[in-house]
Amino acid sequence: MSEPAILFKNVSRHFGEVKAVDNVQLEVKDGEFFSMLGPSGSGKTTCLRMIAGFDRPTAGQIFLYGQDVSNLPPYERPVNTVFQDYALFPHMTIEDNIAYGLMIKGMPKSERVKKANETLDLVRMPGYGKRKPSQLSGGQRQRVALARALINHPKVLLLDEPLGALDLKLRQQMQVELKNIQREVGITFIFVTHDQEEALTMSDRIAVFNEGNIEQVGTPADVYEHPSTPFVAGFVGTSNLIAGEVAQRITGSPKRFSVRPEKIRLAQMDDQIEGDMFVADGIVRDVIYLGLYTRYLVELEGGGDLVVIEQNLRTSSIDVTKIKNQKTRLLWKKEHVSYVGG
Amino acid sequence: MRSKPSAESSNERASLPLTLSAIGALLFLHIPLWLIFLYSFTTDESAYTFPPPALTLKWIPQAIQNTAMQDTLFLTLRVAVLATVAALILGTLAAAAVYRFDFFGKEAISFMLILPLALPGIVTGIAMRSAISLLHIPFTFWTIVIGHATFCVVVVYNNVIARFRRSSNSMIEASMDLGANSFQTFWHVVLPNIGTALMAGAILAFSLSFDEVIVTTFTAGNQQTLPIWIFSQMLKPRNRPITNVTAMLVVLITALPIMFAQRIVAQTSDGEGGSK
Amino acid sequence: MLNRISTYFYRRPRLTLALFLAPPLIWFLVVYIGSLISLLINSFFYLDGFTGQVIREFTLKTYAKLFIPTNLQIFLRTTVMALSVTLASIVIAFPLAYYMARFASARMKTWLYLAVTLPLWTSYVVRVYSWKLILAQEGIVSWFARLVHLDGLLNWYLSNETLGGPSLSVSPTGIFLVFLYIWLPYMIIPIQTALERVPKSLIEAAGDLGATPAQTFRTVLLPLAFPGVIAGSIFTFSLTLGDFIVPQLFGTSSFYIGKAVLTYQGTSGNIPLAAAFTMGPIIIMISYLLLARKLGAFDAL
Repeated sequence: MSEPAILFKNVSRHFGEVKAVDNVQLEVKDGEFFSMLGPSGSGKTTCLRMIAGFDRPTAGQIFLYGQDVSNLPPYERPVNTVFQDYALFPHMTIEDNIAYGLMIKGMPKSERVKKANETLDLVRMPGYGKRKPSQLSGGQRQRVALARALINHPKVLLLDEPLGALDLKLRQQMQVELKNIQREVGITFIFVTHDQEEALTMSDRIAVFNEGNIEQVGTPADVYEHPSTPFVAGFVGTSNLIAGEVAQRITGSPKRFSVRPEKIRLAQMDDQIEGDMFVADGIVRDVIYLGLYTRYLVELEGGGDLVVIEQNLRTSSIDVTKIKNQKTRLLWKKEHVSYVGG
Repeated sequence: MRSKPSAESSNERASLPLTLSAIGALLFLHIPLWLIFLYSFTTDESAYTFPPPALTLKWIPQAIQNTAMQDTLFLTLRVAVLATVAALILGTLAAAAVYRFDFFGKEAISFMLILPLALPGIVTGIAMRSAISLLHIPFTFWTIVIGHATFCVVVVYNNVIARFRRSSNSMIEASMDLGANSFQTFWHVVLPNIGTALMAGAILAFSLSFDEVIVTTFTAGNQQTLPIWIFSQMLKPRNRPITNVTAMLVVLITALPIMFAQRIVAQTSDGEGGSK
Repeated sequence: MLNRISTYFYRRPRLTLALFLAPPLIWFLVVYIGSLISLLINSFFYLDGFTGQVIREFTLKTYAKLFIPTNLQIFLRTTVMALSVTLASIVIAFPLAYYMARFASARMKTWLYLAVTLPLWTSYVVRVYSWKLILAQEGIVSWFARLVHLDGLLNWYLSNETLGGPSLSVSPTGIFLVFLYIWLPYMIIPIQTALERVPKSLIEAAGDLGATPAQTFRTVLLPLAFPGVIAGSIFTFSLTLGDFIVPQLFGTSSFYIGKAVLTYQGTSGNIPLAAAFTMGPIIIMISYLLLARKLGAFDAL
C-alpha cells in the first residue's frame, strides 16, 4: 500500500494553557515498527491516544490509511491498543478477554474461543485460556493484552509503554519477541517508550519527542549517529556537546557539535594524527571501571568535558585507573561529528 | 479450628488491665443487644423485671400477627426499597460523573452528598420540615421516601466511587478500543465490575433507611415507620411484649444483611463501607 | 442505532457529563440545599402568640428568643452533655482501640472490628430501647445493685439533684449512659485507625532510644493517636448535640437542643423558633470542625 498508515497534519492537542502536542507533522509507513521516544510529558502518549481515539486533536487532522479519523470514537477505528497497565478485564477469563473484540462483533462463541486459543499460541501461552488475569504474572498479562489486541487484526497496533512494568531480563526477552511477532503478523506497530535502548533495539524508525514537538524522525542509526538537535543528542545516548571557542579550536567552526563517546579514542600525546581525524587534548578527571568497558571523563583544554568509552580488551581495572589526572589526547573521525545547532 | 495464635502479632503481650478494659468495652457494647433477645421471651407483660420471672415463646406469633406492627413494617419496607432504588441511581450517576469527568466544583460534590449524614440528623430533619411548611407540601409516603433517599445517596456513592478508583483506569478505554460502544462497555465491563459495590451500597442504604427515626419524625406526619412505632411504644408503653419481639426482629432484619454486605465488601477488599 | 447514540455522546463529553450529573445535582440542590435555605428563611419569621400562626415577615425577634435564660441554659446543658459523653467515650474507647491496633492478631482484629461495628449497624431505636430495659427500676442495674448490696448507694446517687432522678431511666445519668453506649463505636474506630497507622518501627525506635513502655506510650503513641481522638469526638459531639430521642425517653422535664426543636415544631407549631434553635448546633459544630481541622484531625478521617 502506498498510503501512509498514519498521517498527522498540523495536529495539536492543548489542555487549557498546556500544549501537550503542538502542531505535529508525522508519517508512519505501512508495516513499519515505529517508536515514539521521549521523556514523560513530551507528548508521545497524547499522540498515541489521539490515534486510538481516546483523545481528540484540538487542531489538525489524523489520517489512517487515507481516511480522516480525527473525530471517530475508538470503537469505530480499526486500531487496537496494548495498555501500559494491560487493562485486562478482571471479571473475565483469559479466553473471554482475548475474544472480547470478536464477541462485540457478534462472532459465535465456539468460533471465537477457537480463535482466542490460536492467538494464545501466537503469543506463546497455549493452554492459559481458562485462567483469570489475577492468576497470571506481569509478563503473562502482557502477552494476553497483546493477544487481545492482535486477534482483531487491527490495521495499526498501538503499544503504550507495554514493557515498563517488567523486570530487565523479561523486558529484553519481550523486546525480541515483540519484534518477531510484528514480522509474523505484518501489522504496523506504533510503540511508545521513554527508554532509548528499547527504541533503538526494536524500531524501524524512531520519532524523538520533546515538549509537544517532534525533534527528529529517522532510523535508529540515524538518530543515534546523527542527532539533529542537542536534545536528541542528549536523550538518545550520552551527550558529548561542545560549542563555541573550544569547538572552533577543534573543528575550525564555532558550531555546536556532538560526538558519541565510543567513537573517541584515547591516544598518547605523541600519536600520529591522520587527516580525517579531529584532535583534542585534555586531562582525565574521572575513570569508572564497568567490567566490559571503562568510562573516562576528560576535561578539555580551554573548557568543556567529553565522555569517552573504551572496551577493556586488554586492560584491567588497575591499568585503567592509572591514567587518572594524566594528560591525554583524544582522537575521532571527522565523520562521527554531528552538528546539532542550537 | 481456630488454631494457634498468629505469629505475626506483636511479640509483647497486652497487660492485664488493658485486656480487661478492652473486654469491658466490648461487653458494654454487646450485653444490651443480648438483653433484647432475652426480653422477647419473658413472661412479664407489664414491666421490665430482671431476671425474667419465666420464659415463653407465645409472644412471637402474637407479634407477627399484630396488624399495627404489620402495617408499619410494610410501610417501612416500601420506603426502604424505594429510597434504596433512588439512592442507587443518584449515587451511581454522581460517582460516574465525578470519576469520569473533570469539572469545576468536583470537590464540592462529595462534600454535599455527605452533608445529610454528617450534620446531626435533626438539622436535616427540621430543614425538610421547614421546607414542607414553607411550601405547604402535604405529608405523604413520598415525603418520607425523598428524605430517606437524600441521606442514602452517599453510601452508594462512596462504595461505587471506591470501586471505580480501584479498577484499572484504562479498562473502559480498552473496551472501546476493542470495538464496544458506550452501552456495550457499560454492560460488559462497567456493570460486572461495580456489581458487588452496588450490592453492598444497596444493603447499607436499605438498612440506613429501615432504621431511621430522626429525619422521619419530621417528614412522616402521622404515618408510622417501624422505628417510629417502637419509639412511640417507648414513650407510652401499651404492649410491651409485642414491642420486645419487634425490637428483636428489627435487629435481625438489619444486622444480618449488613454482615452479608461486610462480607461482600471484604471479599472484594474494598475499603469503604460508608461511615454510618 | 446504539452505536450512533453512543457516538453522539462521545463527541459531546460536556453534554454527557451534564446528563450524568443533573439528576443527583438537581435532587440535592432542590431537596437538600433547598431545605437548608428554607430553614434559614423560617428562622427569620415569627409565631404570633395569639393566633398561633406563623407570620412570614423578616424579623430578628425569633433569634432574640434564643437568648432568654431558659434557652441559654438548654444550649449549655446540651454542650456539657456532649462534652462529657465525648470525654467518657475517649476513656472507654482508647484501651479497646489500643488493644486492637497493637496486640490483636490479624484474624482477631477482623473479628474485633466486626464486633465494634455491628452495634453501629443495628437499629438505633432498638439499641436505645435496650437501655429502657437495663435502666428500668425493676431492671438489671437495680437487680445487680441489690445483689451486691449497693442499692443504698444507688438510691443515694439518684437523690442527687443534678445527676439523679426518680430512677436511672429518668435521669441525666441515664441520658449520659445511653449516649455513651450509642456513640462509642464512632470513637473506637478512628482511634484504632490512627494507632494502626503508627509504624511498629517508631515504637521500636523509641524503645531503642531508651524510653520505657510507659514513656513510649506517652511521648509517641498518644500524640500520634490524637488526630484519631479528635476525629472520633466530632462524631460523638455532633451526634449528642442533635439527638432528641434519648433525652425524650430518658430525660426529666429539662430540655436539650434536639428535644426543644422537636417540641417547638411539633406541639406548638413554632417552626421559626425551631429553625432558629437549630442554628445553635450548626454554629457549634462548624466551630468545632474548624478547631478540629486546626488540630489536624481530618487526616485521620
